[in-house]
Amino acid sequence: MRFADEFRDPEKARTLIAEIERLVVPLSAARGRPLQIMEVCGGHTHTIFRYGLKTMLPEKTLEFVHGPGCPVCVLPMGRVDDCVALAQIPNVIFTTFGDAMRVPGSKGSLLQAKAGGADVRMVYSPLDALELARKNPQREVIFFALGFETTMPSTALTVLQAKREGIRNFSLFCNHITIIPTIKAILDSPELTLDGFLGPGHVSMVIGNRPYDFIAKRYGKPIVIAGFEPLDVLQSLWMVLKQLSEGRCEVENQYQRVVAEGGNAQALAAVGEVFELREFFEWRGLGSIDHSGVRLRAAFAEYDAERKFIVPNLKIADPKSCQCGEVLKGVIKPNQCKVFGTACTPEKPLGSLMVSSEGACAAYYQYGRIEMKPRGETEKVTP
Amino acid sequence: MKLDDHPGNIPPPSGVVTMAHGGGGRAMRTLIERIVLPAFNNPLLAPLEDQARVPLAELTALGDRLAFTTDSYVVTPLTFPGGDIGKLAVCGTVNDLAMSGARPLYLTCGLVIEEGLEMAQLAQLVQSMAHTAHAAGVAIVTGDTKVVERGAADKLFINTAGIGVVAAGVNISATRARPGDAVIVNGSLGDHGVAILLARNELALAAEVLSDCQPLHELVAAMLVACPDIHCLRDATRGGVATVLNEFALSSKVGIRLREADIPVNEVVRGACEILGLDPLYLANEGKLVAIVPGESADMVLAAMRAHPAGREAAIVGTVTADPVGSVVLSTAFGGYRVVDMLVGEQLPRIC
Repeated sequence: MRFADEFRDPEKARTLIAEIERLVVPLSAARGRPLQIMEVCGGHTHTIFRYGLKTMLPEKTLEFVHGPGCPVCVLPMGRVDDCVALAQIPNVIFTTFGDAMRVPGSKGSLLQAKAGGADVRMVYSPLDALELARKNPQREVIFFALGFETTMPSTALTVLQAKREGIRNFSLFCNHITIIPTIKAILDSPELTLDGFLGPGHVSMVIGNRPYDFIAKRYGKPIVIAGFEPLDVLQSLWMVLKQLSEGRCEVENQYQRVVAEGGNAQALAAVGEVFELREFFEWRGLGSIDHSGVRLRAAFAEYDAERKFIVPNLKIADPKSCQCGEVLKGVIKPNQCKVFGTACTPEKPLGSLMVSSEGACAAYYQYGRIEMKPRGETEKVTP
Repeated sequence: MKLDDHPGNIPPPSGVVTMAHGGGGRAMRTLIERIVLPAFNNPLLAPLEDQARVPLAELTALGDRLAFTTDSYVVTPLTFPGGDIGKLAVCGTVNDLAMSGARPLYLTCGLVIEEGLEMAQLAQLVQSMAHTAHAAGVAIVTGDTKVVERGAADKLFINTAGIGVVAAGVNISATRARPGDAVIVNGSLGDHGVAILLARNELALAAEVLSDCQPLHELVAAMLVACPDIHCLRDATRGGVATVLNEFALSSKVGIRLREADIPVNEVVRGACEILGLDPLYLANEGKLVAIVPGESADMVLAAMRAHPAGREAAIVGTVTADPVGSVVLSTAFGGYRVVDMLVGEQLPRIC
């Protein structure tokens, strides 16, 4: 497959891994612990597990910390309950991306609401939801807008399109969140021992490089904006290690084929026109983070499901046994959580990190439960 | 009407199926006589008794065990590239029989029709069943038709049960995988799953994939000639190859090691999976089997499969290992490895 296989070349991977091993050993020795690199984005978590990168990299000197960048995973229970409540309003067609269907609320998931009779439909784009609104003028279509800056522009453009066409039976339940305040919250966490970051490629495609400057300047941590193919991840990792071993802290861009320094001006303009920052937004596991979410501006109030309908808007505490927050901050690994694989499994997730294939816990459960063996041994199993 | 009248000359009734067609009276008789019977026409069905009577001697001549199975078919849309619900309903049950090594012989046909279905479409789907059964050498010998109110079913549900005979000495079971055995598939994975996704037209992807829907019993017969001691055999329908291999690993208390680089997947299916974040190992197939055979017989079985149209792209994709017990591990083409678990619920496309 063109434009994909080039970035999955095992030969090039071996060269990069040898370089990574060479760099990481002295860095880890100097710290007396394994290096901790956070991949902010759930897409990277997915790549790391899907291609088995973790099993190819040195185990004792290097650890990946799986960051908060899976929008499905950081959704608090109360918001899922709100979704279910909206979906249960008679005459509503509630539309959502597929992987949000299974996220548990305190009263069940959207999948369960659907089984209970709510009209919940999976869409692939907010434009699909708008099309449903066009086709069903007598119904109210609500789109569950979810995601970081990556999906914000498509939602914004859909709202602008709805307004242009004068479509009145379409609205958003807006749960878009922004990545920068969240990275800052993680960096301010006292338990933190991160050494560097792989920056989110898709978010950066929209916002560009500059918003990350504070990570390098104020917190002294290197960050490399990374693509999503396995060689992208390895090369970005190598770039972080190179910065560390040369004593540099910079924002570097490995994903230059997609990410421009200034981001995407048109996308940013649409986002700016439609959305404004909320004072704070609740994150699963991380609690309330200032200015970390957006809502529709007053000019688009008629497209805001939170204004158009009655939303319970209750704050539901995360289950006590859940350690999602510690996993998100890299304080513990998914399999060190008290309920991992017992009370919390992909079939019956307690925390949403166990739901999406981008969630660190689900990735550990699906792809990594087998104790990682020394690499020599795995070679033997393969005939 | 006698069944040996010329069925091809009777046009199907026009209009749509109504509740009257399920009422057991004249309307129902018309539907059965003009759509179902002419299509399925065979000597065991012809007497139109409440049951088909199968001479035992005919069965015992073929083997020493009866294989008996049932499956219900629900699919949207009813017709898709490479097949339709009628073809699916015959292939699926033929394949369930074939996976025991049985020679499939007789099927039943239960139709549950939602009122409002076009007669012409019903006739076409029943013809498709008949055609597929004829090509597969099985007879549809008894059946039942029900009509339900609008909303109580999705256009048409079909149940088929089937019987076949297993030859003496053939002993295929999910519990028989042993370390050193080879894992073989008969061709590219995920074609049916992606064909259905595309046919639903929700994705606006301009691509064509044909469902792999096909009967596999002749392929299995050829495989059994090459190696009478096939250990495990299952068709990888819902849940895909990953689910079947996990079942084998759990039942046989062994590990299974897959090699991603050797797994056949169509380029278009790969592309669709990339875009949607799906894994071909979990996609449904309707004409693909997974076989576990003794390592020393693997090449012979593979050659026999490749000589058959349903196995032209067959490939050895992995090996049975002693451990980790109950787990399937994939060596990625990139050089790492990961666990391939059972599918939880449905595969849901990722957000971004």
